[in-house]
Amino acid sequence: MITVEHLTKCYGDFMAVSDLSFEIGEGHVYGFLGPNGAGKSTTMNIMTGCLSATEGKVKIGGCDIFEEPEKAKRLIGYLPEQPPLYMNETPAEYLRFVGRAKGLKGRELATQIGEVIEQTKIEDVKNRLIATLSKGYRQRVGIAQALLGNPKVIILDEPTVGLDPIQIIEIRDLIRQLGEKHTVILSSHILSEVQAICEKVLIIAHGKLQAFDSPENLETLLRSSNEIDFLTEAGKEETEEILSGISQITEWECSVQEEALSRVSVKVDHEKPREICRQLFFAFADRKKAILELSSRKANLEDVFIELTEGEALQEMPQEPAGKEAENEQRPAEKKEASEKTAESEVNADDSNMEA
Amino acid sequence: MTAIWKHELSGYFHSLTAYIFSAFLLVFVGIGSMLYNIQSAVANFEYVLRFVCLGFVVIIPILTMRVIAEERKLKTDQLLYSLPIKTWQIVTGKYLALLVVYLVPLSVIALYPLIFARFGEVYLPAAYGSLLAFFLLGAALIAVGTFISSLTENQGFAAGIAIPVILLNYYSVSLAEHVSATAFGTVIALLVIAAAIGFVIRYMTRNDNLAFGVSILLILAVGALYLADSSKLEGLLPDIMTRLSLFEQFYTFVNGVFDLTSLVYYVTVIIFFLFLSVQSLEKRRYN
Repeated sequence: MITVEHLTKCYGDFMAVSDLSFEIGEGHVYGFLGPNGAGKSTTMNIMTGCLSATEGKVKIGGCDIFEEPEKAKRLIGYLPEQPPLYMNETPAEYLRFVGRAKGLKGRELATQIGEVIEQTKIEDVKNRLIATLSKGYRQRVGIAQALLGNPKVIILDEPTVGLDPIQIIEIRDLIRQLGEKHTVILSSHILSEVQAICEKVLIIAHGKLQAFDSPENLETLLRSSNEIDFLTEAGKEETEEILSGISQITEWECSVQEEALSRVSVKVDHEKPREICRQLFFAFADRKKAILELSSRKANLEDVFIELTEGEALQEMPQEPAGKEAENEQRPAEKKEASEKTAESEVNADDSNMEA
Repeated sequence: MTAIWKHELSGYFHSLTAYIFSAFLLVFVGIGSMLYNIQSAVANFEYVLRFVCLGFVVIIPILTMRVIAEERKLKTDQLLYSLPIKTWQIVTGKYLALLVVYLVPLSVIALYPLIFARFGEVYLPAAYGSLLAFFLLGAALIAVGTFISSLTENQGFAAGIAIPVILLNYYSVSLAEHVSATAFGTVIALLVIAAAIGFVIRYMTRNDNLAFGVSILLILAVGALYLADSSKLEGLLPDIMTRLSLFEQFYTFVNGVFDLTSLVYYVTVIIFFLFLSVQSLEKRRYN
């Protein structure tokens, strides 16, 4: 459906996108994932014809966006990062304008407007001024606009930024529904979101494609596979002694908590983490030291993301501490980038859900 | 294009822009006809239009300042770029909507000569000929305003640039009498203009080589012309300033001459500035 070949975009000396190539098939929801400034919006703007490319080609359904822009644009519905709305109009007027501009007329126009209003659930507000609508409704009007003309591809740039948790869930459901009939591409820097709704993920960092796979496959791709966290009443030295007695465990971190408890996290390369759990249990039981909490954590997309996008940054800055410590340092920074607090809490909530 | 046109038009009549513009124009023409046609009992309606055209300095920027600047500010230009319409259709649609807004008060004004004709001798061909030129003058200035609006995302800035530009154009004939008519003075002025063109190109394309190239070529051409035959440059600057004045062309009609070249000149100016607006919008995709 969409072919991007060797796409490069320079802003003066700054290279926003460099030699990006990928192919997207028909149907499904695709996620564009990357930290802020990774080139997501730039790529989307080029794909929709809003921006020219310095080099490279974009084909939508076989039509080159630069050579046959009208034909290609008819196949795309685009919602930019900031919904392009005219504040002194009502959604009904606005949709009529966009529909006409997309070449719809008469009855066709009226039925399509009716359909998208129903799909995006903006029936109640369709005669209110857009300026008076909440952010969630504005976002829906923006999506409704993208749906007009029944395009095969729908491109949404950060569709859930700035919405409250309920609105986020509603918009996600809507996107999932859209994925049944259209090819949907959405960009996000919120990992749980992509994990929740996308069937395929493209990870972009520094203007380059780092990975393109399903979320599940990306997780298995992760080098630092699984982790077991537990809390034990054994002291630090004793714990380390016990752990060194288990041959499958080579790497761990141990910190002493209050009341002489130790919190330990163990990296496991074994294909059966349950087996390690069992061994841990008995090893500590033999010493009459109870394990008070034990949980095994599967690597999630967040780890993949950090590994893929930060890997390069770490190489560039060798003085930075590598490995686990660096990850811990970068994680809070990563979350700060999720500009809205609601989105942030959403990430945390989802993460804990996944752990459970 | 019709979608853009209809949308813009409904926008103007939903907001105050169209009403403020119409009100100002009607007030100016009203005062003019009261002073000339009623109090001084002059039968020439064209004098009223001549009196009113200074008002364009204020009302045209009011009308045109938001036309493209606001799209940028609200980021709705991204919608326009992603719609299956060509850039020239966007600009033409917007421009035609502006013309309709301009035509509404003008159609009211068009009744005035007929009304006055009931009370005395009005030479209608001169009145309507001037009205046509008045319309084209406004249309040309709207095209200039549209282009200026396409350069920035700040409406105030667009108006702030458009006002002095139109004012300078208005006074360029009177200024022409005061500028140097000697060949050397002309050369200096042309060199300044060449440098200014370079700056504008630099701003529009962000291409240093092109800007320098064009400037240097123009400067060399001027220099060569001066060395070859300096007499040709004598009086050239005042001449250029008079010819470039949009208002001077209009005065020809006021004086009762139906001048076809002026009409062609207006149409050329309109097309030229709309073309520049399209380029200015297109350029946004390339920076």
